Amino acid sequence: MNGGGENLLEVTDLVKHFPVKRGVLVDREVDQVRAVDGVSFSIPRGKTLGLVGESGSGKSTACRAVLQLIKPTSGSVRFEGEEIAGLSRRQMRPLRRQMQMIFQDPYASLNPRKRIGQIVADPLRRQNVASGSDLRRRVTALLERVGLAGEHYDRFPHEFSGGQRQRIGIARALALEPKLVIADEPVSALDVSIQAQIVNLLDDLQDELGLTYLFVAHDIGVVRHISDRIAVMNEGKIVEQGSADQVCEHPTDPYTKKLLAAVPIPDPRESRARREPTPS
Amino acid sequence: MSPEPLLSVSDLQVGFATEGGLLQAVDGVNFELRPGEVLAIVGESGSGKSVTAQTIMGLTRGHNSRIEGSVQLDGEELLTAGDAAMRKLRGERIAMVFQDPMTSFNPVYRLGAQIVEAIRAHRPDTSKADARARVVELFDSVGIPEAERRVDDYPHEFSGGMRQRAMIAMALALEPEVLIADEPTTALDVTIQAQILRLLEDLNRERNLATILITHDLGVVAEVADRVLVMYAGKVVEQGTLDEIFYDPQHPYTWGLLGSLTRLDRPRPKRLPQISGAPPSLLELPEGCPFRPRCPHEFSKCTQVPGLEARLPDAPKHCDRCWLTPEQKREKRHVEGQIGLEAPA
Repeated sequence: MNGGGENLLEVTDLVKHFPVKRGVLVDREVDQVRAVDGVSFSIPRGKTLGLVGESGSGKSTACRAVLQLIKPTSGSVRFEGEEIAGLSRRQMRPLRRQMQMIFQDPYASLNPRKRIGQIVADPLRRQNVASGSDLRRRVTALLERVGLAGEHYDRFPHEFSGGQRQRIGIARALALEPKLVIADEPVSALDVSIQAQIVNLLDDLQDELGLTYLFVAHDIGVVRHISDRIAVMNEGKIVEQGSADQVCEHPTDPYTKKLLAAVPIPDPRESRARREPTPS
Repeated sequence: MSPEPLLSVSDLQVGFATEGGLLQAVDGVNFELRPGEVLAIVGESGSGKSVTAQTIMGLTRGHNSRIEGSVQLDGEELLTAGDAAMRKLRGERIAMVFQDPMTSFNPVYRLGAQIVEAIRAHRPDTSKADARARVVELFDSVGIPEAERRVDDYPHEFSGGMRQRAMIAMALALEPEVLIADEPTTALDVTIQAQILRLLEDLNRERNLATILITHDLGVVAEVADRVLVMYAGKVVEQGTLDEIFYDPQHPYTWGLLGSLTRLDRPRPKRLPQISGAPPSLLELPEGCPFRPRCPHEFSKCTQVPGLEARLPDAPKHCDRCWLTPEQKREKRHVEGQIGLEAPA
């Protein structure tokens, strides 16, 4: 069961257009929003692709289309060599175990009325992987693996800080031992010092479990740190793709350059020097 | 440099009575702010940076809050000023810009009308037409294109960056002397963030505004601030000039903040130096230095909180709360050649 050769995920010419409709009694399609407009990339097993772009660039829509959470307009998504674009929900179900998602907002993505143990156990229960004392044991091990304690099992999400909640989200995503993890802005809602903890945790988990990541963020600094390759997205298209250091150090696309130039340098002298020669 | 301070905050204490006991959100903050200066207040969520700003604006008054110390604007005490006086002062002398411009405007009124209303509430003699002309002028000055037409737009018709410009325009409407910006760029894309920071900097220079910038991002601080206040668990743990904080940081928490930044201008480290653990609950502060449980350099003395003092002979205004000697600090703050908190595991 190692189809697809070296690449776990291959996305080719992925397109997602949303119709713009107008009309009183009958909706007529008057235009289209080209949210994702012909995107291609592949991720080798155990590697990380960083997808960078500003709000509205289509990066989140691309993630959802890859996971078949929304139906792509056209294009191919191959997971372990098998075409998954266009599969029905029922057909996707067994594959869902192998591809999981971590969301941006750890406050909104956890059900406030469920205990942490239940939240992390849910995917295991739904896929009939474990039950009873085995379930509890596995969940406790997961919580400990992401840096929480077993005694957090019976607490509610509101009792945790933002960083801890993101750890819970990671534990839930890892419960089914997925091969691919898509992380959509997993650290952008967190304080800088906590961001480093979560980035390091994701790094460690990848080394240990051989995970493959699609890491989506607008902060190119964080993306560069965690990614092997980076794809820069703007207006639904990938404008530049290459190794992380190459894209950050020798960008060729004007948009990538603009994005890099806007990142604040946390060094007053360099920041002053950079501002001097631009009197415009 | 150094005319009379416009705003002086001395020994500010803000506590809130909660079901779990007294929560000391701000514990002894001191600073002075002069016209044309940008002071950055840096810290994690819950460090007390926003409560400090809100208290200066008189927004934390309530039956469950305990506020002590002094906040003086041009020699006038604000903590004991009446509600009517504070209402007049807010907007006219001190104005505030918030993180999320979407929730700060009323979505069902046109932007221009909301700012006209603010102007006329303070200056009832201004005619509607004059106030509107003023708003167009303000929109123009903060870089909103086609100002004449866009004053009649609703908030949802503006992009995030433009909304933040509109909010800055509203803050400037009554020509305040002090501008408090609470995470003004956190919700924005980096390219837009860069534009807003330039705008704040220009306004600061052109209007000689005294600015307080609240942020958790030291990258933003490096771009605009003159002086920096680092807060942790309600206390100022270090304060100094921008260069002192970045090039000669004295408190381990500051090292941790500096170390955990990702930097595009340097080779990437194998691991990001991190600050382990989480900030303490303000209801269950550890004994002694609040940073002690997360600090790899803690020792016997740390069970007592050191005062905020200048510990370097040649920098009398660079203060910190850490018992280590300056020599020890210079040695301990390096992680793989960079400033950081601890050697990666």
